[in-house]
Amino acid sequence: MKRGTLLRVALGTVLLALVLRPAWFAWVFAPFAPEGGPIIYERASLLSLSLSHLGLVALASTAATLVAVTLAILVTRPAGAAFLPLSRTITNMGQTFPPVAVLALAVPSLGFGSGPTLVALFLYGLLPIFENAITGLSTLPPATMEAARGIGLSRRQRLVRVELPLALPVILTGIRLSVVIALGTATIGSTVAARTLGEVIIAGLLTNNTAYVLQGGLIVGLFAVLIYDAMVQVEAFLFRRLGGQPSETSE
Amino acid sequence: MVPGMVALAAGLVLGLQLAWPWLRLAGAALGLAGLVWLVSQGAPALLVGAGDYARVSPGAGFWCLLVVLALLMADALSNLSPGPFTRAGLLAVVLALLALLLQSGVLSDLSIMQEYASRQDAFRDATLRHLGLAFGSLATAAAIGLPLGIVCHRRAGLRRALLPILSFMQTIPSLAMFGIMIPLLGWVGDAVPGAKAIGIAGIGFAPAFLALVLYSLLPVVANMIAGLQSTPPAAREAARGMGMTEWQRLIRVELPLGLPVILAGLRIVLVQNIGLAVIAGLIGGGGFGTFVFQGLNQTATDLILLGALPTVALALVSAIVMDILVELTRPIPEHTP
Repeated sequence: MKRGTLLRVALGTVLLALVLRPAWFAWVFAPFAPEGGPIIYERASLLSLSLSHLGLVALASTAATLVAVTLAILVTRPAGAAFLPLSRTITNMGQTFPPVAVLALAVPSLGFGSGPTLVALFLYGLLPIFENAITGLSTLPPATMEAARGIGLSRRQRLVRVELPLALPVILTGIRLSVVIALGTATIGSTVAARTLGEVIIAGLLTNNTAYVLQGGLIVGLFAVLIYDAMVQVEAFLFRRLGGQPSETSE
Repeated sequence: MVPGMVALAAGLVLGLQLAWPWLRLAGAALGLAGLVWLVSQGAPALLVGAGDYARVSPGAGFWCLLVVLALLMADALSNLSPGPFTRAGLLAVVLALLALLLQSGVLSDLSIMQEYASRQDAFRDATLRHLGLAFGSLATAAAIGLPLGIVCHRRAGLRRALLPILSFMQTIPSLAMFGIMIPLLGWVGDAVPGAKAIGIAGIGFAPAFLALVLYSLLPVVANMIAGLQSTPPAAREAARGMGMTEWQRLIRVELPLGLPVILAGLRIVLVQNIGLAVIAGLIGGGGFGTFVFQGLNQTATDLILLGALPTVALALVSAIVMDILVELTRPIPEHTP
């Protein structure tokens, strides 16, 4: 655990330095830059690109979480039960759509820029959360549900005080999957002119400047790994508080 | 126009009734036929006297109706929950009809088909390249990951060390992963004699292929372990009681019982790689991504569709086929409600 914390702090520091003081790393990237070409990406500040990237992901994931959990609650109530098989089919088939294809298909209808990227991130982000929320809400221990009914909780109280807290770890796993996919898809979003860190990588690919590619790749990769790790930690913490046994493999 | 409209309306009416799922399925099929008929009749009618450079492409209404009808069909099918053989049959019929439709040339007036006609050779190359990337990386990942899974199943220490590394690797956004592969393989191509000759270079097929293999390892290894661990203790005990050696138990008990879970891992990998292979288009790796990104650069919707639609279709078909395989390998059929 100790070593893990140390590694996290180290990686976090490297990431901050890469974003805030890119010039410090000129000597690292210099061998990859073309002869006499620029080494450090300077067309836009890396900080503003990072903030815009993370902002897009946060906005899309929050909206996706709200909508997906609401929908999952609706289809697991008796009134919405007729839609349960269909929603299972939709999430199964929908997740076979490649995120890039969703992004590419959003462009003809919505145009270029951050808008279509946001819509694509939101739509695609719905599926893992929805799927996990359905699983979480429909696989609750029957004994607990019976007990909740027995002590006289109303439907709404059962939902808020029993079902949602019990399903929370599974829902959080869905949110984590969705955020990871969103981070990756947002990177590709720069091909449709969204302001994200992918811009750095794409600029490198277009000008044959491997230094840019590596710089962008490292920043995006570190962000993804650290965010993923933080979410795993939050899940483990909540799981311990709910009194569960953490599973050995966290998939 | 009229027969198409009638078929579409009749299909929607049939599709919206609640009682008989088979009729809903038929309604959706009828509606789709009407939609196709309308498009095939509408395109030439619009092109009359419109000049050589005129193009016709279906508008938002077509796509909305297509989605609605597909949803109707999905709903009917999920209510019927057909067995694996019925599903395979339905898939074959749908694919045959689609092939017939594209071959017959009734849609050739649409602009996406004209894009296709002018790029037939490039399209064939892209298809082969895309399939090569997706299936090649699947095969490589299986060749590495399946034995690795068996070893991890036996040694808990290795399992605890390896799985987190693999899952972190999967978190890295694809574009970043492809980007990091470029200098790495470029260096290998320069440093190792003979590596360039077999096509290892910073740009192109090699970095895309390697990135896909790395992404595939987690689902393959994790599902292999989960599959082997899913053997009921009683079965394992019985196998030991019969005097089977460790290898015999693995081959004759644990692997057959874990097969559905292992195949489910391969399904995840295949679908994921078909999607990720699109991004190879950005680093010169070929595949349908070439069309998608060319189209995005030129704001040519038809070119985007020419790359995106086959990818989606390929992913859907492989998901359905793999699902059927998973169900066939299940020792006791699972009854889904």
